[in-house]
Amino acid sequence: MKMVVAVIQPHRLEDVRKALVANGIVRLTIHRVTGHGQATEATKDLYRGREVTPDLHPKVRLEIAVNDDFVEPTIEAIVEGCRSGSGQPGDGKIFVLPLEDCVRIRTGERGSAAI
Amino acid sequence: MPRLPAIALRSLPVLAACAVLGLLPASAHAAEIDTGITAWMLTSTALVLLMVPGLAMFYGGLVRTKNVVGTMMHSFAAMAIIGVLWAVCGYAFTFGPTQGGIIGWEPSWLFLTGLDSGIRDEGIPELVFVMFQGKFAIITPALIAGAFAERVKFRGYAAFIALWSLLVYNPLAHWIWGGGWLSGKAIDFAGGTVIHISAGVAGLVAAFYLGARRGYPESSMHPNNLVMTLMGAGLLWVGWFGFNAGSSVNSGLQTAQALAMTQIAASAGALTWISIEGVHHGRASSLGMVSGILAGLVAITPAAGDVMPVGALCLGILGAIGCYGAILLKGRLGYDDTLDVFGIHGVAGIIGGVMLTFFLRPGDRPDLLVQLWYQVEGILISIGYSAVMTLILLALVDKTLGLRMSDDDESAGMDHTLHGEHGYGLLNLN
Repeated sequence: MKMVVAVIQPHRLEDVRKALVANGIVRLTIHRVTGHGQATEATKDLYRGREVTPDLHPKVRLEIAVNDDFVEPTIEAIVEGCRSGSGQPGDGKIFVLPLEDCVRIRTGERGSAAI
Repeated sequence: MPRLPAIALRSLPVLAACAVLGLLPASAHAAEIDTGITAWMLTSTALVLLMVPGLAMFYGGLVRTKNVVGTMMHSFAAMAIIGVLWAVCGYAFTFGPTQGGIIGWEPSWLFLTGLDSGIRDEGIPELVFVMFQGKFAIITPALIAGAFAERVKFRGYAAFIALWSLLVYNPLAHWIWGGGWLSGKAIDFAGGTVIHISAGVAGLVAAFYLGARRGYPESSMHPNNLVMTLMGAGLLWVGWFGFNAGSSVNSGLQTAQALAMTQIAASAGALTWISIEGVHHGRASSLGMVSGILAGLVAITPAAGDVMPVGALCLGILGAIGCYGAILLKGRLGYDDTLDVFGIHGVAGIIGGVMLTFFLRPGDRPDLLVQLWYQVEGILISIGYSAVMTLILLALVDKTLGLRMSDDDESAGMDHTLHGEHGYGLLNLN
């Protein structure tokens, strides 16, 4: 069992969700987060005619718990939904973490069966 | 509007009608200011202007979070663009002495120069009438924006509404209110044909021309803030008293009649809509409530000064039923008139414009069938003219400045890509 965590651009969420569903992954949790990546992003905001570069950007964080067989399809779906193809930094990042255990509250099932 | 009861206009020679309508240069009059009427018309002018930020809130709340600023900017841009155009030349085109019934023209009214100290026969300063009419010119193109919400470039939109105002609104308003070739035929008290039908049809044409939003209809596109939509609808209802009752250009009996009918029809429309929802879905929605309010208000707009309360009730009810059906039909047909400009303004405008014939206040009226034909004729002309001209203008702007946003920009949202701003900080995802 793995926990796939991804930080992505908010406007890519819809594409990622579609790709995940297409790959058979239908359980996910989404957070609204803020942060920044390696490069100061090129996007600028306007405030009363003055350009400002926001230091923190809105991002979306996905958490998807999967059985081992589903790790690669999950990663593929997120990459497919998020890669802009522009070559510029900022498409996001995926982390794969080991997952100790999982409990389905309704039935008390444990481990892989509960995911 | 400067519209007398249809019968009066019908029976007067054209020249006399023009004089009554104030189409001769202001210097020809020596009328005195009636402070009562002027006070109410100033109030009405402010009330109609209030509808524009009201519309911004109404539309703004209905789109997704990433487009709230861009959508509200559409309404505000109309205040900026048409507000200037109207003073420069729009008023002269619309209410200047008619040139063969096609368009108005009075060189001394450019920049409103010749109107500075004029007083109209109704007893109000010319400039009050100019500003009152200007608010109608502002809100009409702003209404269209709802049909192509969430997917147009700001630059293209700005050019489109400027051209649309000059080439569609000004002639159409001139034909029906300004002494043009349709004056004195169709009853259009406060702008059913001139405003709501022309804007509704333009919206429908634009929705087809530009195509649906990316992901429509399979992705859910929830309103970002229904609270703001409800407040906007409230402002629209309040402002509509200026819109309709102000259109009597008086402060008297017909003003009161128009105001009362406006209230009655709006309430009837709202009650009808939530009742249908109650039967159809088992619960009433707030968006249904405000849609019913608007359907009722639009339906009574052409009729406000000419029908009795029973008529207002019926028009409100018929407007809501018709719009509810039209929006169901839109879902079946699959086109993306995003905020239902045609479904509400077009449909309720047509229903009100036709059906008012059967509820006219008793009096010296022309034959029912004759009046019915006048109404249908006015509506068909508005539909045809607005549809053809809108299509031409959309194509023109699209091929030059560009109208539709790129897919990537549309995904990222108008607020950031077009305006470099965000509506709500980090509170909401799209």
